[in-house]
Amino acid sequence: MPSPELPIPSVRGGAPVGAPSKITQGSRARGGVGESTLRPDGILKVTGEFAYSSDLWHEDMLWGQILRSTVAHAEIVSIDTSQALATAGVYAVMTYDDLPTGVRNYGLEIRDTPVLAHGKVRHHGEPVAIVAADHPETARRAAARIKVEYRELPVITDEASATAPDAILVHEGRDDHHCGHVPHPNIVHRQPIVRGDVARARRRADVIVEGEYTFGMQDQAFLGPESGLAVPEEDGGVHLYIATQWLHSDLRQIAPVLGLPEDKVRMTLSGVGGAFGGREDLSMQIHACLLALRTGKPVKMVYNRFESFFGHVHRHPAKLHYEHGATKDGKLTHMKCRIVLDGGAYASASPAVVGNASSLSVGPYAVDDVDIEAIALYTNNPPCGAMRGFGAVQACFAYEAQMDKLAKRLGMDPVEFRQRNAMEQGTLMPTGQPVDSPAPVAELLRRVKAMPMPPERQWESSEGPDVRQLPGGLSNTTHGEGVVRGVGYAVGIKNVGFSEGFDDYSTARVRMEVINGEPVATVHTAMAEVGQGGVTVHAQIARTELGVTQVTIRPADTRVGSAGSTSASRQTYVTGGAVKNSCELVREKVLEIGRRKFGSCHPAWATAGLLLEGGKVVTEGGEVLGDLADVLEEEVVEVEEEWRHRPTEAFDLRTGQGNGHVQYSFAAHRAVVEVDTELGLVKVVELACAQDVGKALNPLSVLGQIQGGTTQGLGMAVMEEIVVDPRTAKVRNPSFTDYLIPTILDTPTIPVDVLELADPHAPYGLRGIGEAPTLSSTPAVLAAIRDATGLELDRTPVRPEHLTGTA
Amino acid sequence: MRVNFTVNGRPQEADDVWEGESLLYVLRERLGLPGSKNACEQGECGSCTVRLDGVPVCACLVAAGQVEGRDVVTVEGLAQFARQRAAGGCATGACGTPLDEARRWQAEGTGPGTGEDAGLSPVQQAFIDAGAVQCGFCTPGLLVASDELLERNPNPSDADIREALSGNLCRCTGYEKIMDAVRLAAARRSEEV
Repeated sequence: MPSPELPIPSVRGGAPVGAPSKITQGSRARGGVGESTLRPDGILKVTGEFAYSSDLWHEDMLWGQILRSTVAHAEIVSIDTSQALATAGVYAVMTYDDLPTGVRNYGLEIRDTPVLAHGKVRHHGEPVAIVAADHPETARRAAARIKVEYRELPVITDEASATAPDAILVHEGRDDHHCGHVPHPNIVHRQPIVRGDVARARRRADVIVEGEYTFGMQDQAFLGPESGLAVPEEDGGVHLYIATQWLHSDLRQIAPVLGLPEDKVRMTLSGVGGAFGGREDLSMQIHACLLALRTGKPVKMVYNRFESFFGHVHRHPAKLHYEHGATKDGKLTHMKCRIVLDGGAYASASPAVVGNASSLSVGPYAVDDVDIEAIALYTNNPPCGAMRGFGAVQACFAYEAQMDKLAKRLGMDPVEFRQRNAMEQGTLMPTGQPVDSPAPVAELLRRVKAMPMPPERQWESSEGPDVRQLPGGLSNTTHGEGVVRGVGYAVGIKNVGFSEGFDDYSTARVRMEVINGEPVATVHTAMAEVGQGGVTVHAQIARTELGVTQVTIRPADTRVGSAGSTSASRQTYVTGGAVKNSCELVREKVLEIGRRKFGSCHPAWATAGLLLEGGKVVTEGGEVLGDLADVLEEEVVEVEEEWRHRPTEAFDLRTGQGNGHVQYSFAAHRAVVEVDTELGLVKVVELACAQDVGKALNPLSVLGQIQGGTTQGLGMAVMEEIVVDPRTAKVRNPSFTDYLIPTILDTPTIPVDVLELADPHAPYGLRGIGEAPTLSSTPAVLAAIRDATGLELDRTPVRPEHLTGTA
Repeated sequence: MRVNFTVNGRPQEADDVWEGESLLYVLRERLGLPGSKNACEQGECGSCTVRLDGVPVCACLVAAGQVEGRDVVTVEGLAQFARQRAAGGCATGACGTPLDEARRWQAEGTGPGTGEDAGLSPVQQAFIDAGAVQCGFCTPGLLVASDELLERNPNPSDADIREALSGNLCRCTGYEKIMDAVRLAAARRSEEV
C-alpha cells in the first residue's frame, strides 16, 4: 500500500494512477496472490530428494566429457583422437568433423558459436572434442589423450587491439543483422542515443564532472553445475533432461545441429541450481545429445566448478566514460557517456546488453540533453552475455559515482542531489519513451535514508572485541585500530521483460476438473523454475483466479508452448500473466457450463460478475449459485493460450529513439561499511534496500529476491572478478578458491522496505523485481568506501591495494 | 576396491570403487544418495557437507577408502538422525558420545533417501518456514551444518551462526533467510525445553 506521506503519483495531465488494483475474484481464496505461501518444492529440497540435473541416473548410462582449448586464440593444425578412442571404456570421441549436419553453430541471436571448434579457437576453454565413457574419470583421461596441435595467434583483448587498423577479425565474413551498422567488424553492436542539444545545455552548467570507470568481469556462480542427461529414444529422437532458463530457446538451437525435427527432441526441465543469466546460453546440451545419438546410450554430463567457469558466459566487463553537468542549484544539465562492453569471443546476448546499457545509461534521472554511445566488442576474452542486471548494472556503477562527485562539487547532500533530479511518472527516457507508471525514485531514497542506522563499534563487548564483526574477521587483523566507518547511497533503474520489439510472450495450459468431489486446478507451463519461486506464484494465481485450494504444478517441458526465458525479471509478469489469463478463460468456460446447466434455476446465472470461490459459483454479493462438483461433474475444462505484454519497438540505430521498454523496476540502497584503512580490508556492516515491487505476489519470496540480488551486488563491489591475463587472454582464477563470492560472514544484515505502487499495465500491478537490487547495491558500497577513505575509486571490485595505495 | 561403511544408520557396501573416487561420488553415483551436492568438488562451497563419525566434513574431500568402517550421516538421513537424537540425547561423536554409542543409532523407514513417513527435522522445517530455500542447491549442506551447530550450541548468537555456516556458500538468498531459519529452529527448540 502507498505510505500516507506519499502523494499519489500521476501522469502529467492524466488521471491519477498507482492505487493497487482491486481483486474481486479470489478475495476469499486461501493461499492466493499476496500471501507468503511456502514453496511446493520445499520438502523435496530439504530432504535431498529434489532431482537436480546433476543428480540424474539411468541404467547403462555413459559419462560425457568435453576437451577444451588450452589457448585463447589459435588455428587448429591437427587433432589426433586415436589414443582416446583406444582407451578401454571409451564409447565415442567426436570432433567438428563428426557433426551430423551442416548446422554446426548455435547462438541466442547470432549463431556464431561452434558446437565444436572448427579450424580455430577464439577463447580459452572453447570446446574442441567430446568423449563418452563408462566412468567420468575414464572420460576425463581419454579427453586428455586427444592431441591437439595449435598455431597461436595474437590475442585481441580490448578496444584498442580490437579496432586497430591491422586487427585480426575475431569472426571473418560476418553476415549477421548488426554487421551493417557497426564501425568495425570486431564490434558486435553499437547503439547511440541522442536527444536534445548537449552542446547548448552544457553552457548552462556551473559544474562539469567527468569520470572514467572500470567494471570487472563477474561470474553468475550459480551453485548447481551445468549438467544433464540425454536419453536416445526408439524413434531416433532424444529426450534431454536439463537445467536451463528457457527450454524452447534451447530446443530451437539444438534440433538443427542434431538434424532432427523439433518434435523429436523432447526436453524436460530438471532441478536447476540457480541461473542468474548464466543458463541463457547453451552449455553441454548439444554435446550430450550428440554422444547419446552416436552411442545409442544415455549420456550424462556434469561440469565441475573449474569447467563451469569456462562453460558459461559472464557479465560483460566494461569501460565507461561519463560527463555530467549541473547548475549551482543542483539540477543536471546534460549527460554524455560512452560505454565499451567486452563481449568476448562470441556474441551471446551482447546486442541486447548494448541496448540496455545505452537506454538505461542516464539512470533514474530526468535529463533532457544526452549524447550516449554503447558498443560491445568481439575479443578473445571469455564470452560474456546475460547476468542479473544485464547492461544496467555496469551503467549504474558509473552514473552513481558521478552523482556523488557532482554532489560533492556542489556541496550538496548526495541523497538530496539525487532527489532533485529523480525521474517521476511522466519523465521521458533518453529514448523519448515516457515513463507511464509510478517511478518513486525520490521516495525510495527517502525511505532508505530514514531507516535506523546500525550502532557504531558493534564489535565491542565486555569480553573484548568480537573480531568476527571487524574487517578481516577471524584473521584477527585489527581490534578496531585504523577502522573508519562510511555511508553511501545509490539508486538504479532496470527494464523488465525483453525489450526492443522482441515478441516476448508466454504460454500457460490450465485445467480444471473435479477429483473426489474436490475441484482441482492443474497448471502446465514451460517456465524454468531456477529457484526464484515461479512455481509458488503460479499456484497462488490459480487459487486466486479459480477459487480452488488444490493446485497441481506440472513439470516444465516442451509439450506445452514456450514460456520465454526466466530472465529480465520477467517470469512473474509474463508467465504469471499467462497463467492468470488462462485461468480467466477457464473460469469463463466453467461459468458457461454452469449457465447451460443451471441458468434456468436462478436469474443470477445471467449476470456478468460471477465468481469462483471455495469450490462454488457465487455472485459478487456472495450468494452461492452452485457447487463446482455439480457444474463440472465429469467434465474437464482445459485452456492453453499465449499471453503477451504490450508491444515494444526497436531503438532507432542512429538516434536511439523508440518505445523500447515494457516496464521499469527501481531500487535504492544505503550501505554502511567499516574499512581497515591500514590493510585495505572492508567489512560491509549493513546494506539496506528500499524497492518498489508494484504488488508483492509472495512477500517472503520478494524479500528473498531483494536480499539475494543485493548480496550479488556486494560481491561485485568488494570481491568478485574473473581475472583474465591481458597478454594471453587466459582465465587465471577458475575456482571458488580464487573467485570469491560472499559467504555468510561477508554478508551483513539487509533490512528491506518494500513499496507497492501498482503498475496499471501489469497483472495485479506487479513489477519484475529480481534484478533491480543487484544494480544499486554495488555503487552504494563503493560510495560508502569512498566516504570512509576519501579515495576516488573508479573501478569495481575494490581490492585492498586500491585502498592502501599499493596498487 | 570394496568399501564397507554405515550411511544413515544402514550398513552399505560399495563395489568396484576406483581408488580416486571421493565419498561424495560413492554416495551420489553408487549408493543412490544424491542429496549431498556437487557445487564445487574442491572443498570450498560446503554443499556436500555430511557428518563423518559426527564431524561435519566436505564429502568431496574425503577419499572413499577413508570411510571404511565409519559412520556417515547425509541430508537424506537428517530427519531420522534428529529424531533419534531427540529421543536419546546426542548421538554423535561431536558432543562427547563414544563412537560405538553413536553407531547404535539406526535409521527407520524403508531405505535411505526415501523420506517416507519421516517427518522433517526441526532445522529442515525451519528452512522451509523461513524462506531459506530458493534454488536449494546449498540447502543440504547448510542443513547438515546448521543441525550440527544447534547440537553443539542450542542458543547461538548471530555471530556464532555466521561463523559456523561460513563454509557453506549460497548464491540465491543473501543469507538473511538462512539466519532466520537457524534462529527459528533454535527458538522452537528452546520453547520445547
